[in-house]
Amino acid sequence: MTIAQTTAVRPDRNSMDQILSTKERLQPTAPAISLKGINKAFGLVQANRNVNLSVAPGTIHGIVGENGAGKSTLMSILYGFYQADSGSIFINGRERRIVSSTDAINAGVGMVHQHFMLVRPFTSLENIVLGAEGGPFLGNALKQARTLLKQITAEYGLDVDPDAVVEDLPVGAQQRVEILKALYRKADLLILDEPTSVLTPSEADHLFRLLNGLRDSGKTVIFITHKLREIIELTDTVSVMRAGEMSEVIQTSRTSIPELAERMVGRIVQFEREKDPARIGKTVLSVRNASVKVDGVARLKNIDLEVRAGEVLGIAGVAGNGQTELLECLSGMRALDDGSIILSGQSLAATGSSLVRFLRASGVGHIPEDRHKHGLVAPFMAWENCALGHHRKSEFRRGPLMDITSMQADAGAKFEAFDVRPRDIFLKTANFSGGNQQKIVVAREIAENPDLLLVGQPTRGVDIGAIEFIHNQILELRAAGKAILLVSVELDEILALSDRISVMFDGRISGTRLASETNESDLGQLMGGVDNREGVHATTPKMG
Amino acid sequence: MPQLPRWAENVLVPILSVGLAVLFSALAVLSIGESPLQAVQVLSYGAFGNPYNFGFTLYYTTNFIFTGLAVSVAFHAGLFNIGGEGQALFGGIGAALAGLWLDSTNWIIVLIIGLGASIAFGSLWAAVPAFLLATRGSNIVITTIMFNYIAAGLLVALLSNVLKPTGSDAPRTRQFAQDSHVPRLDQVINWWGFDIARIEANIIFLVALLAAVGVWLFLYRSRLGYEVRMFGHSNSVSDYSGQSSFKITMIAMAISGGLAGLMATNAVLGQQHQLSLGFVGGAGFTGIAVSLIGRSHPLGIVLAALLFGALFQGGAELSFEIPAIPTKMIIVIQALVILFVGAMENLIRYPTVALLTMFRTRNGRWI
Repeated sequence: MTIAQTTAVRPDRNSMDQILSTKERLQPTAPAISLKGINKAFGLVQANRNVNLSVAPGTIHGIVGENGAGKSTLMSILYGFYQADSGSIFINGRERRIVSSTDAINAGVGMVHQHFMLVRPFTSLENIVLGAEGGPFLGNALKQARTLLKQITAEYGLDVDPDAVVEDLPVGAQQRVEILKALYRKADLLILDEPTSVLTPSEADHLFRLLNGLRDSGKTVIFITHKLREIIELTDTVSVMRAGEMSEVIQTSRTSIPELAERMVGRIVQFEREKDPARIGKTVLSVRNASVKVDGVARLKNIDLEVRAGEVLGIAGVAGNGQTELLECLSGMRALDDGSIILSGQSLAATGSSLVRFLRASGVGHIPEDRHKHGLVAPFMAWENCALGHHRKSEFRRGPLMDITSMQADAGAKFEAFDVRPRDIFLKTANFSGGNQQKIVVAREIAENPDLLLVGQPTRGVDIGAIEFIHNQILELRAAGKAILLVSVELDEILALSDRISVMFDGRISGTRLASETNESDLGQLMGGVDNREGVHATTPKMG
Repeated sequence: MPQLPRWAENVLVPILSVGLAVLFSALAVLSIGESPLQAVQVLSYGAFGNPYNFGFTLYYTTNFIFTGLAVSVAFHAGLFNIGGEGQALFGGIGAALAGLWLDSTNWIIVLIIGLGASIAFGSLWAAVPAFLLATRGSNIVITTIMFNYIAAGLLVALLSNVLKPTGSDAPRTRQFAQDSHVPRLDQVINWWGFDIARIEANIIFLVALLAAVGVWLFLYRSRLGYEVRMFGHSNSVSDYSGQSSFKITMIAMAISGGLAGLMATNAVLGQQHQLSLGFVGGAGFTGIAVSLIGRSHPLGIVLAALLFGALFQGGAELSFEIPAIPTKMIIVIQALVILFVGAMENLIRYPTVALLTMFRTRNGRWI
């Protein structure tokens, strides 16, 4: 599927490149941004090593790299959060000293952060003006901003209601507010850091159209991601970062996903994975008629599902259709309003924290959707997180105290088995890259050898090498006859791992398919709530 | 936030911060026309100059260790306990009841029962705001502050109606019998055949040091302490790992209140040998500064408590020896210490980072 898309995009891109290269030949303009010999070290870690980069104006340039490759450091240097140890920055051919975000804004650099920098109870307009009010009184600034915004909105097709309160807006619209903020500050160079990681596929499409529009009107865009398909779809040129070093700039049309992946990881990455046929065993988990309301809003509506030993049940769907609440209920963190959860034939009665502990003791592992919110304590040393939730096990106990020697030995073993890098269990967890943080969570939950593993977004914000590793771990657990419930918004991931796929829409299961009998467009329709095979498959189809 | 090696973070930056506070204090002394050098001399002699003075320093240090530890335990659970003052007052009631009831026995029994009672009373007084937070979501900063006032009012009522001896007009209990007085450090040392002069601090100073070790073991070596720290960093991770937020909140605040309560044993059983108004003397609030400057770590708290103890005792001597320096000046100096060490550490931190970066070896290793 990825290949198909790549080739579909290619012809356009080629002609685009020709146009660009002719343009460049006719009038050689200074690059919109050019970095020369940027070096930056944090303690022992050389985050950027002699980085050179040059991006032509009016293009979209992609930067790919694994987590921890130094992309974000480089962009922070460009935006004045950090200062390079050496090297220089040229913007439109002029050398600039950028020591604060104010310098960056004055140089025409705008940044859209992965985690939005918005005041949630303020309106879009107030957020856009914030920091650029131009005086002690707001009235005039807001009026001017409103007219200017109308122009920008019309020019680039950025539809945002200026008077909507930001926290009420969908994520995609919040991101557009961020972009407007940058444009309002007259940014010519727009940096987007992992912009699609929070977006649904349709919101991502909207963003891509928007960025194409910006490019066509002469803006330069730097697009940071580790999703290679987005690079191929969107960018004109691309460069790859690995271990702090930046590759030369490559024409996107002259490269491919496998080539970029190899440059990124430093070895050939296996994309398609052969799965052994599932050996289905007994039903481990069944959910009957489960319903949940959150703040009065129904989030789960009469859910029925079953997970059996030796299979992966994938739960697909656009984020926010009840998957989060489903995982919370199954892991005991949220009580059902109605219905029941039956684990290995036993109906769960307890609630609250005792249920969470009971489930963990009964062999239910849980890799939470959001490792920052639920999975890890960021300021803890890594070994402290390796036992989190299992810290009351008898082998971690010495008299009334914790046996930290055995906890540390256990953490070391997990680091070794799951290839967590760097191999330093005393490092603060927050200092690991996203992929390695996720490996700590995965290691902790899989090392307990659970009978049922609940997995939420296992590869969110995780680099390709780690994705491959985590997927293999999940499949090994499946081969060992364990039951796995996988919630993911990445259809590729769902299709690669699942034996059966249930799609959630608006708190319901809109359809269940055998993975072998479905495809992206079928699932995509189910994600929109449309089942055009109604009645063909029961919720639990016969298998094997 | 720039990263510093641990030794610089935990030793160099605090020392430089205190140095800066001293510098500004010197300017303050200079501004009222006195010699800062002489002031430093008098202050440090007053705090450390002879065993007698040092004894008082240790006595205050003991108070601040308890209240500092109290603030830090709650802080590790993400709770801001400003109620140390009230919890210490309440602990004092417990200690005094033990003294009044048992002072015909001997000091060991009074001490053991008194420690237990002051922990229980302090815990109880902290448990009410904790319960209100855990069940009703009441803001613990506000409830603990209000409980300080309630405790102060209760103490006045108790002392002037119930606990004062008949026939007396003063709002305080009778003196406990001589045999029940907890021995001072000089008495303890003299048991071994020495003959040293009076040291005001008593063996509850050693209890405070034990409490610091105990708090360290609790926070960093016990499973409950691990759960408390986890809860303090992230309530949602705590939920995920299966901890009851009600249980953690209650336990952390009970321990915090118990530690604040222990402060009262030092004053009531160790020094005044009676319960009177105002025996806490702001130690509950000073504990917040001590915990802040000690970075909520027991070792740091012991050191910060010593610093504040010295300032307290040395400051009293200072205004006694140099009457031109008003007592309020010592409060100014304390405020400067809190300001520079607690609130404005980045003022020192960033130049330190810059300085150390210059001396960093080429492979990126810190010196």
